[in-house]
Order: sequence, then C-alpha cells, then structure tokens
Amino acid sequence: MTTHQAPVNGARPWALLAELTHACPLHCPYCSNPLELARRSTELSTGQWTDVLRQAAALGVVHTHLSGGEPLLRPDLERIVAAAEAAGIYTQLVTSGTGLDEARLGALCAAGLRSVQLSVQHADAKANDRIAGRPSSFAAKERAAALVRRAGLPLGLNVVLHRDNLDAVDDLIELGEAWGVDRIELANTQFYGWGLLNRAALLPTRDQLARARETVERRRERLAGRIDLVWVVPDYFDGVAKPCMGGWGAVSLTVAPDGTVLPCPAAASLPDLDAPNVRDRPLDWIWEHSPAFNRFRGTGWMSGPCGGCPRREEDFGGCRCQAYALTGDAARTDPACALSPDHHLIRSLTDTGPVQEPPPYVYRRPGAVPEPGHGGSPEPAGR
Amino acid sequence: MAGQPSGAGVTPVSGSQWRPALAPALMLRHDSVRGTDLLVLPERVVVLEGHAGQVVGLCDGTRTVRGIVDELAGRFPGAPVATEVPSFLDRLHQEGWLK
Repeated sequence: MTTHQAPVNGARPWALLAELTHACPLHCPYCSNPLELARRSTELSTGQWTDVLRQAAALGVVHTHLSGGEPLLRPDLERIVAAAEAAGIYTQLVTSGTGLDEARLGALCAAGLRSVQLSVQHADAKANDRIAGRPSSFAAKERAAALVRRAGLPLGLNVVLHRDNLDAVDDLIELGEAWGVDRIELANTQFYGWGLLNRAALLPTRDQLARARETVERRRERLAGRIDLVWVVPDYFDGVAKPCMGGWGAVSLTVAPDGTVLPCPAAASLPDLDAPNVRDRPLDWIWEHSPAFNRFRGTGWMSGPCGGCPRREEDFGGCRCQAYALTGDAARTDPACALSPDHHLIRSLTDTGPVQEPPPYVYRRPGAVPEPGHGGSPEPAGR
Repeated sequence: MAGQPSGAGVTPVSGSQWRPALAPALMLRHDSVRGTDLLVLPERVVVLEGHAGQVVGLCDGTRTVRGIVDELAGRFPGAPVATEVPSFLDRLHQEGWLK
C-alpha cells in the first residue's frame, strides 16, 4: 500500500492551465503572458469553455488552474467552475485578488471552487502597488486572503521574485504567515513575454539571490509542517536548465483565451508552431496527433549536447521557448544549461555586476510595447 | 496492533479515539482514464495504488481506525490489514491529508 507522485511521463495530461482572459487590472512588468494580448472579443464563450473542460476530463485531466490575466473579470467564472466540477476536475483559482468580494467568493464556492492561489508583488503595500501598476491593489489582496481563509479554502501565496522584491523575501514569508496561508511559492522570474521585455529592470544580482536563498532555507525549517515553502529556481543563475513543463506535451496543456492550445503557456511566442485551436479540432486529436504537440515530445528532436546527455530524460533539454527567445532556434539546447554552446548569452547578463540604473518598467498593457529600435529593452531574437 | 510512526519522534495518531476524515482541501476520486484512484490536492495529484483508495474512502469521520481495519478485514480475508492500515493512515495524517 503505497502512494507516489504522478509519473512525469504520463501518456495523458494531468493538468490544464485555462487562461480565461488576458484582461487584468494589474500591469505587472514580469508577466509571462505574450506581448500581443488576446482581445476580449476573441475569448472563448462559456459554452466553449464548458466543452473544453468536458473534453479535458475525458482525456485524463484531473486538475485545472483557472488563470489569465485576471479570471475574475469573466462574469461567467462561476459557470466555468461549475463545468469543471461537473466534469470531475479539481479547480484552483489563480487571482490577483482585485474584484474578489464576499458575494463573488460565495458564488464560486457554491459552484465547486476547491482552492485559491493569490499573487502578491511585495510585502510592503506601496512597493506592491508600484510593481503591480495599480494603487490599492495590496489592500484588495489582504481582503481577498481574509475572505478565502474565512471560507475555509486552501490558500497559496504566489510571489514572482526579481530585483525589486528579492530583498523582501523574509517579510513576504512573514506576510504569508500573518495571512494564514497554507503555501508560499517564491518563483524567480521566468523571462517570457513581458518579463523578457523588462529583463534589464528585473534581473537580480547574485548577492540578492544568495541572501534570499539563505532566508528561505532558514525559514523552511521553522515552517515545516505548517506552511509549504516552495522556491522556484532562477535558471539564469544556476547553470542548470529547468525541466520545463515536465516535458513537451507530457504532463499538461494550456488553453489560451482565444482557444489556442499550447504545450507551454509561453509557446505562443514560437512563430512557426502552428498552434492548434479548440475551435477547429477536438482536444484529444490536439494532444495526440497535432504537429505542435509532437514537435518536441520525447528526446528524438534533440541535437547538440542534449542528444547524448544523461540528463535528457530529467530536464528534457530545458525550455523550448527560452531557446527560441535567446537564440532564434527553438530546437537548440536551452542556453540556461552550462553545457549549451549558447550559455554565454546568459552568463554575459548574470556575470556583470549590478546594473546601477535599471530602466523603468514597461507595464503590461495592451499597446504598451515600444516600437523596435525604440528604447533599450531586449526583444526576443527573430521577432 | 499499534501503527508504526513513520517519522522520527512522531506520535502515531491511529489510537482508539481518532476517526480519520479527508482534509477539506482534498478530493478523492476514481480516474477511469488511468484505472486508478487519486487524491487531488491544490498543487499535486497522488496516485493511490492497490486498495489504498478503498482505505481512504472509509475515512469519512464516522469510523475509528479499528472500525476501518475491521471493515477491510471483512472485505479482504487474510490480508495483513491490521498491521498495514494503521501505519498507512498515520502517514496520510502526517502529510496533512487526513484530519
């Protein structure tokens, strides 16, 4: 009689990331959503999401993150939660907290919502609101946390870490304790979408990371058994590629607001992926047969150092979207890996000392992306 | 027979008074696609192998550990439920999955 973690290489997907909308009241510069945000008029309808969830359950999905953007901006969120529950899928709401009041949470719980993940940008209210690009968003989060606690749902805090909040990790953990959360995810920024655009402003120093890591280790001992403290590694600094998505088309899938289905939420950035859409094809065909989901499945596509690497079944060659963003070729070894011939692209960014004057944020807003050649922000190669 | 603590210095909770119940955050379900029972948590999925799903299914807050053992002994004559089930329940309690 034993329990074990779900196998990493299941033939069927376990989880669905449902990006219900790209609309968001917050404007965080680290957001991994694509620079070209889906317009609200292109979003899937309630009926289409209901059908997606039914198909996902039949395919083997048991867990969905209802995310965005801000999923609370969907007035039909309760009906989408109910559709997931009816299909037997466990739901977690991933929210900024803005727009969550007692009535809304009550309706979501009645529809079958199981758990909540709340984003926080900083432990200090003013700093939080500056990063989020929205006044009083911290106060909304504090209220939301209290409401979720009162409703008895499990609550996780999700903090994306970067130059402007890594020094506050201790305070952030204290905040999580004060708010009574069950889990704190401290996720070092993954540089996709808006995060890549703002990389020069967000990239921390090695010293900052070392101090934060020490703090987390110290705190973790004290919190053991009470709060699950999760540290998502900064792959730019560790010289080790992350096992992105547990492998391409191996464990989970993402459905974007307009119905595009992706093996990874950042894969919309790959220009020649020819991503399938639930409006055109059934989900089981997309998972099993679509060229997009088979493109980097397994290890057969690998070349360069990955092909003969003993770690290829552990890290799956790292992240395809990062390989593309930094080299212009999605099939190359992730430059985060110290064995990659392109590793210098990352070392040149992380080995220079701290940037004295980081550029201002480009806040995540439709139309906020600067014209090419205008301003000093990095653009993904090949764009 | 008392359950074995599976961690150093942890007192087993499979004593006579405890009536195990699934923690509210968890969902126990059968996965017909994979032909197995699952415990679904906010951030992970645990595959319950063998008869583990049936054991967890009896944890509804009404039965003592002894009651669960007796019920399983009836279902699976000759199986070592009296030695295995209490320690299994202790482990699930330590994970926070049973209250």
